[in-house]
Amino acid sequence: MIRIKQIHKSYVTGQNSLHVLKGIDLDIAAGEMVSIMGASGSGKSTLLNILGILDDYDSGEYHLNGLLVNRLSERKAAQLRNRMVGFVFQSFNLVSFKNAMENVALPLYYQNVPRKKRNLIAMEYLERMGLAEWAHHLPNELSGGQKQRVAIARALIGNPKVILADEPTGALDSKTSLEVMDLLQEINATGITLIIVTHEHDIALRTKKTIRITDGNITEIIMNN
Amino acid sequence: MFEIDKWQEIYSTVQKNKLRTFLTGFSVAWGIFMLIVLLGSGAGLENGVKEQFKGGATNGVWISSGKTSIQYKGLKIGRPIRFTNEDYKAIKTTVSGPDHISARLFLGNNLVSYKNEYGSFFLSPCHPDYGFIKELEMLQGRFLNNIDISEFRKVAVIGEKVKSSLFKGHDTVAMGKYVKINGVLFKVVGVFRDFSRNDDEQKRIYIPISTAQRVFQGENVINQISFTTGDATAADADLMIKKSRALLSQMHTFDFDDNRAVNIWNKNEEVRKFRSLFAGIRLFIWIIGIGTIVAGIVGVSNIMMIVVKERTKEIGIRKSLGATPWSIVSLIMQEAIIITSIAGYIGLVLGVGILELVAKKMPPTQFFKNPGADFSIAVMATILLVAAGAVAGFFPAMRAAGVKPVEALRDE
Repeated sequence: MIRIKQIHKSYVTGQNSLHVLKGIDLDIAAGEMVSIMGASGSGKSTLLNILGILDDYDSGEYHLNGLLVNRLSERKAAQLRNRMVGFVFQSFNLVSFKNAMENVALPLYYQNVPRKKRNLIAMEYLERMGLAEWAHHLPNELSGGQKQRVAIARALIGNPKVILADEPTGALDSKTSLEVMDLLQEINATGITLIIVTHEHDIALRTKKTIRITDGNITEIIMNN
Repeated sequence: MFEIDKWQEIYSTVQKNKLRTFLTGFSVAWGIFMLIVLLGSGAGLENGVKEQFKGGATNGVWISSGKTSIQYKGLKIGRPIRFTNEDYKAIKTTVSGPDHISARLFLGNNLVSYKNEYGSFFLSPCHPDYGFIKELEMLQGRFLNNIDISEFRKVAVIGEKVKSSLFKGHDTVAMGKYVKINGVLFKVVGVFRDFSRNDDEQKRIYIPISTAQRVFQGENVINQISFTTGDATAADADLMIKKSRALLSQMHTFDFDDNRAVNIWNKNEEVRKFRSLFAGIRLFIWIIGIGTIVAGIVGVSNIMMIVVKERTKEIGIRKSLGATPWSIVSLIMQEAIIITSIAGYIGLVLGVGILELVAKKMPPTQFFKNPGADFSIAVMATILLVAAGAVAGFFPAMRAAGVKPVEALRDE
């Protein structure tokens, strides 16, 4: 599903150049559940951004589902993100003035699905998350766990091949974290590739494979059981 | 592009920032309001002045006799010039160009009676062409004709005010009746209306100049010669005037440059002066109006910049979910266009409302009448509004499209 060869990425600020990724090689098969661990500044978020086509890389090759992703136009990148990738963020990133249902439906808006139809589909996904009765609430009326489930529903609605989760449990208490992880595992069981960036060990342990990044290099790949 | 979802989107953001939206819209509404009021007032001024020019063809030239003011060939200053029928004939035959020409005699106010009704009216003997030169509208009957002149007929064409004051009660039919002018009976053959604002022009009686000279004067003197220049250009009209002046100066022995010996009034020249004056005023108004609107646009643009800044995160989220740059641009542009259009429309309605109110409640003065923005101005203003909204939204939209999702979504 994901094939990365010798990816380099540096950030240039003024005269300083910060070499963040120093030749990453990574293969993730379809349906895998992988965690990426590393200290802050190790480059794990940058890697996730590149995987999510939110950011460009300087050199190397990135194949997503067999397609070379390299210097796409913004429009192409947007369309590819819309079809292939679902995001789950630590801070949820829900649109504050839209209710839960509208938030979930948003990716379908960019697929030109008619309003009624996409709201109907959004309701289905909210039901699967057990949030049907919260559909018309604004994000600030929901608890952290509920928000994250709305975000997960939103990530799923576009039928992505890959879900990228950036510290999905970072803002949640341990009980809710477990619930969210259960949910993510269920999703993975339906065949969607799942990549989780985390710095929590017990979260990483629940994935099949942990990739440890240190200082822009993959230093360790651990198989979990 | 115009989808209900986006409208709701815009509605919800506008709802959340009522004061901000109001202030933004106000500047645009004010600009349009000012433009409409200014243009309407300009139109009112123009209508008022145009009114002054009504009554008489715009290509008319009036030549009146006066007194000499320059010594010429040993003749003293202050010698009165008296036109005669010979002058009329000379101009008619030698000056080419005029399509209508008439001489006039000034007989002043005369006592006119019909049965027991009396009145004092201005008697204006002339040639048949004067009806064209004065652009009289015949309400009944006809104007004078050439047979009236050649047969010295005692016929009269009376103004509608003359008719209404002489023919009253049961006897309101004027046509074919005989009115007594200075003791002489004249048959009424026509009733006219003059488009001039001047009420006195409606209180005139036109009679054949030949009859007047024979009955009231016993001479062949005339006071004024007037003609219309047809489709001639301004230069050609000037040439006709020059030729007439040269002819008259030769016939009456006065200096060609003596402006007091003959007094020439070229209406077309006056009209042209006013036209260019109003073209200038209109340009001035547009510059001010557009300046005001530009200030409004800058205001809207400014606010939209802030909106984009505030919504950076949301734009980042949208992008991560697959929003194309174009969809972001159209979102921001539409918001700007909608705010300016609605606010501008309110300004438009208020401006037109004020003008209507003034037109209805304020009595028309000599130089101000019917202020009002016409349809073409409303169309122009509408186009201007949408364009203004697009301009106001363009730069903020470009900034919004340039938002990098990575940076927008980065947790603080």
